[in-house]
Amino acid sequence: MKRTNEMIVGLAMVAVISVITWALFAVGDNMTPGVTPFSKDVYQLHMIILGIVTVIGVLVFAAMFTSIYLHRKSRGAKAAQFTHSTKAEVTWTVIPILILVVMAVPATQVLIDMEDTSGAELNVKVTGYQWLWEYEYIEDEIQFYSALDRDSNYARQIGATRDPREVENYLLEVDKRVVLPTDTRIRFLLTSNDVIHSWWVPDLGWKRDAIPGMVNEAWTLIEEPGIYRGQCTELCGKDHGFMPVVIEAVTPEEYRAWVDSQKAEMAANDNAAERTWTRDELMTLGADVYAAQCASCHQGDGSGLEPAFPALAGSAVTVGAIEDHIDLIMNGRPGTAMAGFGQRLAAEDIAAALTYTRNAFGNETGDMVQPMRILKLKNGVVEGGVADTGPAGL
Amino acid sequence: MTTQTAHADDHHHEAPKGLARWLFTTNHKEIGSLYLIFSLAMFLVGGAMAMIIRAELFSPGLQLVNPEFFNQMTTMHALVMIFGAVMPAFVGLANWMVPMMIGAPDMALPRMNNWSFWILPFAFLMLLSTLFMPSGAPASGWTLYPPLSLQGGNSFAFVIFAIHLMGISSIMGAINIIATILNMRAPGMTLLRMPLFVWTWLITAFLLIAVMPVLAGAVTMLLTDRFFDTSFFNAAGGGDPVMYQHIFWFFGHPEVYIMILPAFGIISEIIPTFSRKPLFGYTAMVYATASIAFLSFIVWAHHMFTVGMPLGASLFFMYATMIIAVPTGIKVFNWVSTMWRGSMTFETPMLFAIAFVILFTIGGLSGVMLAIVPADFQYHDTYFVVAHFHYVLVTGAVFAIMAAAYYWLPKWTGHMYDERLGKIHFWWSTISVNVLFFPQHYLGLAGMPRRIPDYAVQFAEFNMISSIGGFAFGLAQLLFVYIVIKCVRGGEKATAQVWEGARGLEWTVPSPAPLHTFDTPPLVDDSLEHKDRLPS
Repeated sequence: MKRTNEMIVGLAMVAVISVITWALFAVGDNMTPGVTPFSKDVYQLHMIILGIVTVIGVLVFAAMFTSIYLHRKSRGAKAAQFTHSTKAEVTWTVIPILILVVMAVPATQVLIDMEDTSGAELNVKVTGYQWLWEYEYIEDEIQFYSALDRDSNYARQIGATRDPREVENYLLEVDKRVVLPTDTRIRFLLTSNDVIHSWWVPDLGWKRDAIPGMVNEAWTLIEEPGIYRGQCTELCGKDHGFMPVVIEAVTPEEYRAWVDSQKAEMAANDNAAERTWTRDELMTLGADVYAAQCASCHQGDGSGLEPAFPALAGSAVTVGAIEDHIDLIMNGRPGTAMAGFGQRLAAEDIAAALTYTRNAFGNETGDMVQPMRILKLKNGVVEGGVADTGPAGL
Repeated sequence: MTTQTAHADDHHHEAPKGLARWLFTTNHKEIGSLYLIFSLAMFLVGGAMAMIIRAELFSPGLQLVNPEFFNQMTTMHALVMIFGAVMPAFVGLANWMVPMMIGAPDMALPRMNNWSFWILPFAFLMLLSTLFMPSGAPASGWTLYPPLSLQGGNSFAFVIFAIHLMGISSIMGAINIIATILNMRAPGMTLLRMPLFVWTWLITAFLLIAVMPVLAGAVTMLLTDRFFDTSFFNAAGGGDPVMYQHIFWFFGHPEVYIMILPAFGIISEIIPTFSRKPLFGYTAMVYATASIAFLSFIVWAHHMFTVGMPLGASLFFMYATMIIAVPTGIKVFNWVSTMWRGSMTFETPMLFAIAFVILFTIGGLSGVMLAIVPADFQYHDTYFVVAHFHYVLVTGAVFAIMAAAYYWLPKWTGHMYDERLGKIHFWWSTISVNVLFFPQHYLGLAGMPRRIPDYAVQFAEFNMISSIGGFAFGLAQLLFVYIVIKCVRGGEKATAQVWEGARGLEWTVPSPAPLHTFDTPPLVDDSLEHKDRLPS
């Protein structure tokens, strides 16, 4: 009688808890299956293991609630006094081990497949910076930076007038997307220039840390064209939440066309530093460079975030001697978060940013820095070994 | 009081009053109370930080705090909760209960006991003072990963010194507990007659002694890298930032079990009491605890599967981690079997204990999922992980501490707590904590990284739900403070045994437990219903 009772209540409990569990799964989000063979494997693995642990949970909780329902003093239950059962202990040691083996086999297979990075048709080097990403296409010799797009950047400020809900793809859009071909085995080489970052696009099925002084490898093969969004997933300082990754996967033909257009653009820019720029040109480009490279610390209006990030409006640097200002931007300031941009940016970008910061935020020095001046310094940096002042970021 | 009456086992001679009494006390019960009060205070401080975090995450966009301060909050919340709330709470419980459970008059090293407590307020004063320094509190996460942590200002030195002090305090506490358990058991209290809470603490104490020096070494290397130009973790100087992570997690993973093994012990005391039935599989429980402790030393790298490890290493750490599910499963099955065919009642301690078993199991099951390396490439550093470790630490460790507080409050104060309020506190906490943390599983799976102050709008709904749960859970703990104060001040007189089904030496002394108990050791034999705990 007692056993029958326990069986009936037990089954009822299994039913009730299963319904609750099903409801919990139904209302929530799940992992994306993604668009690569690996991400689909991971999704399957995730579902198998989620299924197994759910069944275990339901059974354990059902047993527990059966006991709670039936074996309560208020129902007149008398306590049994059994204290152990070797048979039971062995059972619930062996069965979980077998279940774990069932889980470990597919997990091992998927992992071995992931770790084999050979046979790459395209190599992309990804470098993390505080707080943007640099991409270098090794075969195609394309290089660019990819930072949070300007709309998100405005809307994310404290007291911003723009509502994040009105920004399309808020915090998940960049100023320049990573264009990649579909159906191509792509190897990523990941590293960092400052602190540890982690590069993650859920649709590819993995994340990998970008670590200074180390190069990590990972690979992918995107099966469907589309735009895939992700974020930095290793805390990397104040703007960790604001360095998204956006991949634009296109067909191999479209990819070739993109490569050609990039090369044409680069060629057009090749001699950009050698001509004389107008003030308007410098100010326009300067505003863009400032927004992408400087504003996250020094703020859009140059007010800074004291004490770590000084204000630029009326600061001793931006209205002081121009040589010192140039030196600071080129080489950074050791012991602070101010990185050197001499290696990182093109001469015209640096010249434009200098011109912009010396004339914006009410600075009005009237100064103008020509790209040629920076270009000479840049070449000097390489030839004269000024880089002895130490690696950036120290 | 005259000298004639202050005789022999009455130690009231020249007992200082007021503040001095607490400053100089060497009594395990008073020091236990100090630890518990300190822990409760830190729980509220760390909780306030969590409220700031959840308030900022209530909706997309930055409304309240800037990202730098947000990072300081996540970092300090973890440091305060781990080192200030959970660990001292367990040490406080050990101080109060271990001597009474094994029939000892006090801790083995009472003066060191005083010192190990009084270091803590100063350590936390120093840690919290960094919030008011120009360079601010640490903002690199409680793990203090370099190179990011090395970008902090001079306040970093205070953080490291504070961690050193906490470590010294923990090590002294652990030595004391080991010395007490191994040397001061009453006659007849053999190792395998010890209550499970004593067993779990004995094992925890060994873990503490093994790993706190490792943490001290890791943060000292950070200190010299930051201030004395060494390059332990600086790649530009030939160092290796990943080495820090290995060293840190060699401490960090056993630390996780330091925060949960005593909780296992508490639950193993409470469930038998309210099931009116001896603990099922006592010996298996002891061996399972020891196995978990051993395994905790060989699984550390599962916190860092994404740093790029050799395949063999990833596989080893995956398998080792999965094996932990076996002894942990044994514990859960034994608790359920203890309830099975018992005669259960559901006072507040039992309610918290049952919630612990269910919710800790949920955290354990998501832990198994996280062990699967390829899947971890997706889960890692997302809110899925945040949900996982809050299930094991809040509804695990903290719920066990709550259960312990309700279970032993009558013994400490001599009064019954308000059962009706206790039940309200339980239901309010349990519902709100699930509203708080369960949606975070969804957020993680949908792709929300941890430690971000702002998020894409598709995460807005579940973050709002989570925040509402968070505020409700925070409020519920103020009720807990009220219940405790009310119980200390008065209430129905508690009997010595307090609970109908309670067994063990601590229930043989009056309630409230007098300042000195077991000055003459009790004789422990099978009559104390310990026979069921002997191996067959």
